[in-house]
Amino acid sequence: MPYALREALSAFRRSPLLAFLSIIAIGFSLFVIGLFGLTAWNIGRAIEKVEEKVEIVAYLDDATTPSQLELAQQEVRGLPAVLELRYVTKFDALASAREEMPEFQDVFSDLDNNPLPASLEIRMKPGSRTPDAVKRVAERLRAYPFVEDVRYGREWLDKIYQIRRLAGGAATMIGAAFALVAAIIIATAVRIAVFARREEISIMRLVGATDGFVQRPFLLEGVMTGLMGGALAALLTWGSYRVLSATMFRIEMIPGQWMVVVVVVGTVFGFLSSMVAVRRHLEAV
Amino acid sequence: MIKLTSVYKEYPRSGAALDNVSFHVQKGELVFLTGHSGAGKSTVMRLVQMAETPSAGEVRVSGFSSRTIKRREIPFLRRKLGVVFQDFRLLRDRTAEQNVAFALEVTGVKRAEISQRVNRVLTQVGLSHKAQSFPDELSGGERQRVAVARALANEPLVLLADEPTGNLDEWAGRGVFDLFRDINALGMTVLMATHDLDLVRAHPEYRVIELAQGQVVYDSKAAAKPDAPAPAPAAVPAEWTVPPREQLAIDIYDPREG
Repeated sequence: MPYALREALSAFRRSPLLAFLSIIAIGFSLFVIGLFGLTAWNIGRAIEKVEEKVEIVAYLDDATTPSQLELAQQEVRGLPAVLELRYVTKFDALASAREEMPEFQDVFSDLDNNPLPASLEIRMKPGSRTPDAVKRVAERLRAYPFVEDVRYGREWLDKIYQIRRLAGGAATMIGAAFALVAAIIIATAVRIAVFARREEISIMRLVGATDGFVQRPFLLEGVMTGLMGGALAALLTWGSYRVLSATMFRIEMIPGQWMVVVVVVGTVFGFLSSMVAVRRHLEAV
Repeated sequence: MIKLTSVYKEYPRSGAALDNVSFHVQKGELVFLTGHSGAGKSTVMRLVQMAETPSAGEVRVSGFSSRTIKRREIPFLRRKLGVVFQDFRLLRDRTAEQNVAFALEVTGVKRAEISQRVNRVLTQVGLSHKAQSFPDELSGGERQRVAVARALANEPLVLLADEPTGNLDEWAGRGVFDLFRDINALGMTVLMATHDLDLVRAHPEYRVIELAQGQVVYDSKAAAKPDAPAPAPAAVPAEWTVPPREQLAIDIYDPREG
């Protein structure tokens, strides 16, 4: 077994409590991030479902000619943000009004002529459902002389968008705070490990071990701690998903790639934390 | 082998430690570096190991110059130096054998070669029978011998000894010094810092450099007539069994050769 690996493993044997604490610290920090990921993912999915219903309705003047209508439809379909455009005739509008509001059945059937306007209903592509994008399309429609009015759920659209950004921001901040805590714990563990082995390190330097050789066991220890912490976080996140799903409400598990990312982030994080700490503390030996 | 040229060393707090120090230790010499505590002996030792750089002047050690050496080259210089300290610096949780092997392991010597070399150097210092003992089970003199064995394990060109007899009783100190003479007799350069003036006086055949307040105040080589031949190394005492030279004429380990 190579020297660095043997030394890194012996560090776990020599101070199991510290190694255990480091793994738990990374594990729980990443678990919090994982939980936020789970929450954010599910909020995101919920918002997407609401956002799918984002619709712009342009009411048309009765005097609109078929050629004007044809041209407008072509133009609007050509906009990159537009997913789907549907032309609703006056007749369709009345039919759906009758269906949706049966209590006014009498009113609608006694009419001499149909008071409801024809309309264009537009659905936006995913990713273009932001208030700005929706507003741009709405303005574009309003510019047609035969469009009488344009409606879209502007206020609630703004609100949904805000909630989404707030959730993202909060997850990032809290995640970062926990990551910092994990970094401090790893750095402390490395510091103690360096301190416990300062005699060995000074002898290693004395007899001509290279800096890389001196650092390698500590870095490897950091990588192993991070890997185990990341795996623990992935396990806890998955466990929470199972428990929540089974007891409270149906949620979706975050995608597998995210879980891999959690483990990889833990590993890289362990490596970087121990590198910073080992550089700093080896200077002092 | 070791050449200091107009070396000055100042520390930010304590001020000047070395003041225009120049001397040249040639291959195969054994040199005493004497002086009171604080005269600058240890500073010279640290400069030779390139643990520090001079404030001015130049230190050259076996082809490396303090002016041009890069941080990553320092380990390779150290492999050509064997260093022994007053306080032994052995690892207490390892046996004598493991302490010596440690120096070889961490400089990348192949495992198959390590035990061979460990046996050889422990035999050389007369401690092969205590290979399995821990430092706490050894006397001061024996501990220092283990430290010497460790210093020799990487087959250095120079042995640096900073007060190697400082923590030893007179008898043990003489034993360790006799070991240095043997090593020197086999051709190794030895630079030994000491304030044991009795020891220095007892061996007038070796060169003495005396430091006081950071300056060289006496150098027996400069004081001697310039054309006088260098004193011959002392004969090996009969009570020391020295292995045959073939056994010790060891190839210098060069890490760059893999």
